[in-house]
Amino acid sequence: MTDRRIRVLVAKPGLDGHDRGAKTVASVLRDHGMEVIYTGLHKTPAMIAEIAVQEDVDVVGLSILSGAHMELFPRVRKELEQRGMAHVLLVGGGIIPREDIEALEGDGFTKLFGPGTNTDSIAEFIQTEMQQRWAKEGADA
Amino acid sequence: MARFLSGDRGALARAISWAENADDRFQAALSGVYERVGRAVRVGVTGPPGAGKSTLVNEVARLLREMERTVGILAVDPSSPFTGGALLGDRIRMEERTLDPGVFIRSMASRGSHGGIARASVDACDMMDAWGLDEILIETVGVGQAEYDVVAAADTVVVVLCPGAGDGIQAMKSGLLEVADVLVVNKSDVSGAARLALDLEESVHIRATTRKHDEEKWVPPVVSCSAGTASGVDAVIEGVESHRRFLADGRLEGARGAKRVEQVQRVVTERLAEGVWDARGWRTEVEVLLGSGDTPYDVASQVLGEILGGIPVAGAPGARKEAGCS
Ligand SMILES: Nc1nc2c(ncn2[C@@H]2O[C@H](COP(=O)(O)OP(=O)(O)OP(=O)(O)O)[C@@H](O)[C@H]2O)c(=O)[nH]1
Ligand SMILES: [Mg+2]
Repeated sequence: MTDRRIRVLVAKPGLDGHDRGAKTVASVLRDHGMEVIYTGLHKTPAMIAEIAVQEDVDVVGLSILSGAHMELFPRVRKELEQRGMAHVLLVGGGIIPREDIEALEGDGFTKLFGPGTNTDSIAEFIQTEMQQRWAKEGADA
Repeated sequence: MARFLSGDRGALARAISWAENADDRFQAALSGVYERVGRAVRVGVTGPPGAGKSTLVNEVARLLREMERTVGILAVDPSSPFTGGALLGDRIRMEERTLDPGVFIRSMASRGSHGGIARASVDACDMMDAWGLDEILIETVGVGQAEYDVVAAADTVVVVLCPGAGDGIQAMKSGLLEVADVLVVNKSDVSGAARLALDLEESVHIRATTRKHDEEKWVPPVVSCSAGTASGVDAVIEGVESHRRFLADGRLEGARGAKRVEQVQRVVTERLAEGVWDARGWRTEVEVLLGSGDTPYDVASQVLGEILGGIPVAGAPGARKEAGCS
């Protein structure tokens, strides 16, 4: 009897010292039945990608408040690709202006959540997206 | 499996996921590499929440790397009994090991197991072992008074205690002393640590002297360290190595063999339960029998009697009559 759970890496790249938002999201995802790996502050893109490999996560969620998202988010995406993890569902959140959201969503990120996003809706988005992906995997197999 | 055998980390990670998810592919994956299983040293690290297990595991891993040993770490944290979700946070204390190619760290949720590790923990260790890691460290969830399945996964069990998380008497009644091959008093930088170490020495001594037929028995050393300040951890490794020397000449093989038998028993029981309840529609039949007034024990006897055909089982109607208590 298979027992699959959504595994999520919640990570904070870069130097900003605020992880309250990331912790809140991690806790909400847990309450939605997901297994959440939380890694703390100040992770480099290489570290985030390496952790994603070892943990074989389905989802990588990045949180950033410092404004460096246009530099750091694409670097995480590249590191993931280099390590054979291009298949993960990549999402992000933080204080991100609308035009940056659009740019990143055209660059490998499935969804960016701007300021004021309801945390339950993040969980629901991930659940819906993973259900579709797993259904497709099942159909392909 | 070619990728797995060539040292691909993603392939190892995926095999562990198969084990966790009870995916059919795991059984074949393990068969493919089983001849390579058995070389790694497996050390369990258990103890109450917050005692410093992760911090100690990180420090032990650092020292093992200095000794040029490769290290696999399996860190188990509890699943919520309400939602099934889990927050896996042990890795935070192992940050410096993240990019070391000689270290592989995997977080695992307990997923409904109550013994301090997960159902798939032994499988994950087997895979790390086959992949070629020299040392495997298994961190359990923070345990209270009765969660000691780690014994089934590890050759040597390290119990980590710290001041403020109980005294020698509590360690005795909780069974922590019985599972410990090495007793560690962590946070030796904090007041009360020396007192706790003396207390534990005394408890260990009392156990050792009151135990019957014990010439062969191992007496766990009590080691003090401060993992948080990286002091005294080499003595923990020495304690583990001394237990390993004790296990040499046959004891290790004997213990591992017995654990594999238990594993087979567990798998048979699990699959039987699934087969019985899912495949054959016993549920309805059981409801009918219960409805007719039979006790749960009588119904269980009938179910077992039918599954096993002529093989006698404890508590079966026939066995009961022979015992003359019908
Ligand atoms: N003073 C002191 N604090 C320590 C020491 N080792 C660990 N700590 C602290 O103790 C707290 C818990 O440490 P962890 O390593 O997370 O403990 P754990 O046993 O893994 O905890 P769980 O996995 O949650 O059961 C942290 O705040 C550590 O910084 C030590 O040697 N001295
Ligand atoms: Mg821990």
